[in-house]
Amino acid sequence: MLRFIVRRLLIAIPLLVAASFLCFALTTAMGDPLGDWKLQRPRTEAEIAAAYQRIGYDKPVLERYVNWAGGFVVGDWKTTVTPGNGTVDVREEVTRAVWVTARLVVGAEIVALLLGMMVGVVGAVRQYSRFDYAATGVAFALFAMPLFCLAVLLKFGGIELNNWLEGLGFGRWIVTAGPPAEGFSGGLFERLYAYSGAYILPTLCLVAIQFAVYSRFQRASMLDTLNADYVRTARAKGLSPARVIFRHAYRNALIPVITVFALNLGVVISGAVITETVFGWRGLGQLIVDAILKKEPWLIQGVMMSTAIFIVLFNLIADVLYARLDPRIRYD
Amino acid sequence: MTDVLTPGVTDPAAAEPGAFAGTAARRQWRTIADRFLRHRAAMAGLVLFALLLVFAFLGPVIWTAGLDAGGEAKVPPSAAHPFGTDRIGHDMLASIISGTRYSLQIALVVAGVSTALGVVLGALAGYLGGWVDQAVSRMIDLILVIPQLVVVAVLARNSFSVVPGQTSSNWLTVALILALTASWLPIARTIRGMVLSLREKEFVEAALASGASTSRIVFRHILPNTIDVIIVNATITIAQAVLLESALSFIGLGVKRPDASLGLIINENKNELVTLPWLFWFPFVLIVLISLSVNFIGDGLRDAFDPRQKRVRTKAAR
Repeated sequence: MLRFIVRRLLIAIPLLVAASFLCFALTTAMGDPLGDWKLQRPRTEAEIAAAYQRIGYDKPVLERYVNWAGGFVVGDWKTTVTPGNGTVDVREEVTRAVWVTARLVVGAEIVALLLGMMVGVVGAVRQYSRFDYAATGVAFALFAMPLFCLAVLLKFGGIELNNWLEGLGFGRWIVTAGPPAEGFSGGLFERLYAYSGAYILPTLCLVAIQFAVYSRFQRASMLDTLNADYVRTARAKGLSPARVIFRHAYRNALIPVITVFALNLGVVISGAVITETVFGWRGLGQLIVDAILKKEPWLIQGVMMSTAIFIVLFNLIADVLYARLDPRIRYD
Repeated sequence: MTDVLTPGVTDPAAAEPGAFAGTAARRQWRTIADRFLRHRAAMAGLVLFALLLVFAFLGPVIWTAGLDAGGEAKVPPSAAHPFGTDRIGHDMLASIISGTRYSLQIALVVAGVSTALGVVLGALAGYLGGWVDQAVSRMIDLILVIPQLVVVAVLARNSFSVVPGQTSSNWLTVALILALTASWLPIARTIRGMVLSLREKEFVEAALASGASTSRIVFRHILPNTIDVIIVNATITIAQAVLLESALSFIGLGVKRPDASLGLIINENKNELVTLPWLFWFPFVLIVLISLSVNFIGDGLRDAFDPRQKRVRTKAAR
């Protein structure tokens, strides 16, 4: 297993190198990062030349790539390029944003996976029951639902709820402006109150979308295994229904779902872009949108490369899990 | 979902000359059509989608009020303005007709281009193998390493345009970006996998022995066996493209006026949900209707093509 992991990590290196080319090409194709800055007011020749020199844009394209990639490997991810006192270090900014997004996404993904697995299994075991039809209907509705509309609706639902709570003499519980501040402290109850108010809507939003995917996958894979010969054999042996369902059918039905879960990271990040934009979380999603709107090449490349690294890692985890869950697969 | 066409994989090109085989092929299609026509949800989806097309493309002929500002602003839905007017006095019905048209145009272009590209690249990779396969597969791996929405968003911020004289936010440029960067990957991978197994079949050997060219083998002998997967994938791509484009326009990186799609209209009105609710609800309902109807059609097609499966298996539509 260890040899397999090492080999897979070695294969990932050329992929990440290619990804760095792609990121660089994409941001280079965006054009002059200082275009807007130059238009703000008249600048002197010297001022412009100094600005380009400061961000390394006076060099040829290839040299710029080598500079950036070399720095990236040793942890120097450069800074934002727009002149002024708002310059931030890309690596610090990305690290901060990754944590914000992780806090939001990890919980939501776990809830969505557990809920999806439960609903999927019950839907498969009781196929064509009222529960199954209801679950299918909900999943269909969620598939057709644009995530950002759901987010906007939830946000305004939260505001209505706040108004209602206030009318009853409580405070405004739901927060739609990001997580509690860094230095937030208080009693246990106050903390619960603040964190639940901030997390509930974005989490609900992400759960709704991912739940539809997981429940459908789980239902389909569970149906496959329930109709398999070895499950019929297990039933014929006289095993209890619970044992047949959980030990024989469910264990095997888990494999595709876990794989989807691990391979889903790209979709999750895309979802975070929308959710964070609507609910004002300053995480990876909002960072990349801001960076693109402001044409910040190093920042865009930093975010893209870190998501690429995460996705490669998760693909590896998916493979390892696959091997753990399916004893037929041997990697070494 | 291989071997779907009853009674199993056949060589479509071989069936052409004989009248007997030709009837069999026709009967096969009739069975599929029958199954599709009996699928209630799919038929509902088809009717709905047809109505949406009429609404979007014939709407301007019937509803001639026009978009022009100058009317009274913020009027709730009424006889004069069935969908109300927006903050600057645009008629919302006219605005939504054109928004639906742009959303559908983008989705159809994305589905067409990405299906064609994905099928050709997937088939070539699967059939030729070797460096072609390596190149296509590695390219797919590479694009999958970066989240779809991010790649598309960065590209959409570029200054190029496929339509001369317009900015990069015109609908055709956005559609092509979506098609060429993201939407062709799933279909290419599926087709590659199917072709890998189909090329080992005897009828391919027979075609090779009789001297058929590579393109004839790929396009006349192998690909017709994947037609079910291609059609189902193309419909799903329409639904995905509508959602992806609207998400992109919602974060401000998709189309810009005058090519306002439904996503952009929602973006412009997202803060008026309580005060001017009709500005949000109408475009929202239209997006959901488009993607719901296309999903239903896709599911009906999948069932119709697949004799083994009575109920529907829904793949990730996002």
